[in-house]
Amino acid sequence: MWEKLTATEGRRGLLMISPPLIYAILMLAIPIGAIVLFSFWTQNFMDVDMTFTLNNYREIIEKPIYFALLKRSLFVSGTVTCVTVLLAFPVAYFVSFHVRPDRKSLWLFLITIPFWTSYLIRVFLWKVILGYNGVVNTGLINIGVIDEPLTFILYNINAVIITLAHAFAPFAILPIFVALEKIDRSLLEASQDLGESKLSTFFRVTLPLSMPGLVAAVLIVFIPTIGDYVTPELMGGAGGKLIANMIQTQFLALNNAPLGAALAIVAMLCVTAVSLFFVFLNRRWLRGRS
Amino acid sequence: MSLRIYAIAYLVFLYAPIVLLPLFAFNDATIIAFPLTGFTTKWFTALTETKALHNAVQNSLFIAVVTSLFSTILGVCAARAGAMYNFPLKRGIIGLVMLPLVLPEIIVAVSLLVVVVQMLHLSLSNWTVVAAHVLICTPFSIAILNGAFQNLDPSMEEAAMDLGESRWSAFRLVTLPLVMPGIISSMLIAFTISLDEFIIAFFLTGANPTMPVYIWGLLRFPGSLPVVMALGTILVAMSIVLLTIAEILRRRGMARAGVKDKGSFL
Repeated sequence: MWEKLTATEGRRGLLMISPPLIYAILMLAIPIGAIVLFSFWTQNFMDVDMTFTLNNYREIIEKPIYFALLKRSLFVSGTVTCVTVLLAFPVAYFVSFHVRPDRKSLWLFLITIPFWTSYLIRVFLWKVILGYNGVVNTGLINIGVIDEPLTFILYNINAVIITLAHAFAPFAILPIFVALEKIDRSLLEASQDLGESKLSTFFRVTLPLSMPGLVAAVLIVFIPTIGDYVTPELMGGAGGKLIANMIQTQFLALNNAPLGAALAIVAMLCVTAVSLFFVFLNRRWLRGRS
Repeated sequence: MSLRIYAIAYLVFLYAPIVLLPLFAFNDATIIAFPLTGFTTKWFTALTETKALHNAVQNSLFIAVVTSLFSTILGVCAARAGAMYNFPLKRGIIGLVMLPLVLPEIIVAVSLLVVVVQMLHLSLSNWTVVAAHVLICTPFSIAILNGAFQNLDPSMEEAAMDLGESRWSAFRLVTLPLVMPGIISSMLIAFTISLDEFIIAFFLTGANPTMPVYIWGLLRFPGSLPVVMALGTILVAMSIVLLTIAEILRRRGMARAGVKDKGSFL
């Protein structure tokens, strides 16, 4: 039996991958299948009514609050993605092109450290930084730039965007860095030998070649941010709540798990659709150039 | 030059919240705001006296230790399979195992919650949190261990088998010592992720909260905020120490396997 299982390389490989694969099927694939099923059921006070129905989805379409939250969530995730990736690109470029090779790991280590420290406490500290008596306001008042504390930087969408952009920064830098590292440096020399300026070399050689990293960075920031409810809860105030807060409320406070499941699925589908559209556009753009 | 200034400014932005943490942890005021009033260590003393916190820390440590063990074992399997074997559906299978890296955490949380509570009618406990944490930590373990397993010369194990060792003892005597730094590095990273994880733990924690869930409860009470700052300072200091050890070991592992360090594991 054992001999049969380990007879060929393919079988040995499958045997080797089977523990993580079985774990992923049991804990990821089946549970996701379960919430899809669950979203077609309804909550009936304490029990769950198991008859198939589209009522949850109908409610999501009919009540404007869900659509508004979803739209706001997509807007926040999209803005966070743009801000994070645009701010991160020069850093990744700097580390890849201007840092001595033996120093690169140190830079990347410094960039990733804040990412690993307690997320909750980091979010809370942004509240301290952006608050009414916060670091930014007292600082600006002390140097005389403003007279009154700024109020547009806490308890609204801006605060949520700043905090999320901070939290996901390393996620954006690392894939871009990896893509930049792969670029053959002689291509850049060739481009300049053929008469392109430094700037046009960047736009015609470096940027297109770093696209895979940029796309990875966009996806790895855009998709997870839709599921964050901590930052909007702490930083968003009344007008900054997002779809993830609603999912959390449906599951825990309102005890309407089927509706929560349906919301989670709708949110997931929207994010996936936007991501696929982005990947598709990018492919077209790259092909159009070559 | 201007790029360097920008990169340094960016690092300042990244570190801004963490730098503030010890300032307020040692500050002699209940309100978390400037100006600072005076030096004190009483918030740290208060930490040692809170029974509920100790329970939460114990829960979190238990969860983090078990998670780091399981996710590293699964990570070793996946990294070895990915680096050394070709098998059918390889890309799809690896993709599924790595999927939690990009999946919104709330999806992992609610889907496991539905299965455990609504379908299996089990009660939530530390083990439900472990199950989810293993799922989200495994991709990170795989990413770290890939560095250790890739470029590991398969002929070394084959040589050991030709010399009479079994497949398992060849792995144990030849490959395992070579990838050991990567294994410890992966355990440390998984431990750190699990210890700090809140979004999933909040859904799946049982009657006894984990430490981040306990902190979340404290954040609502302004009076307890300095204590949170003190706790946060300890946590951040601990994370930095663990991560530094993990990084040193990871580099040593790469050097042992003869791989050129590309700087990062992601």
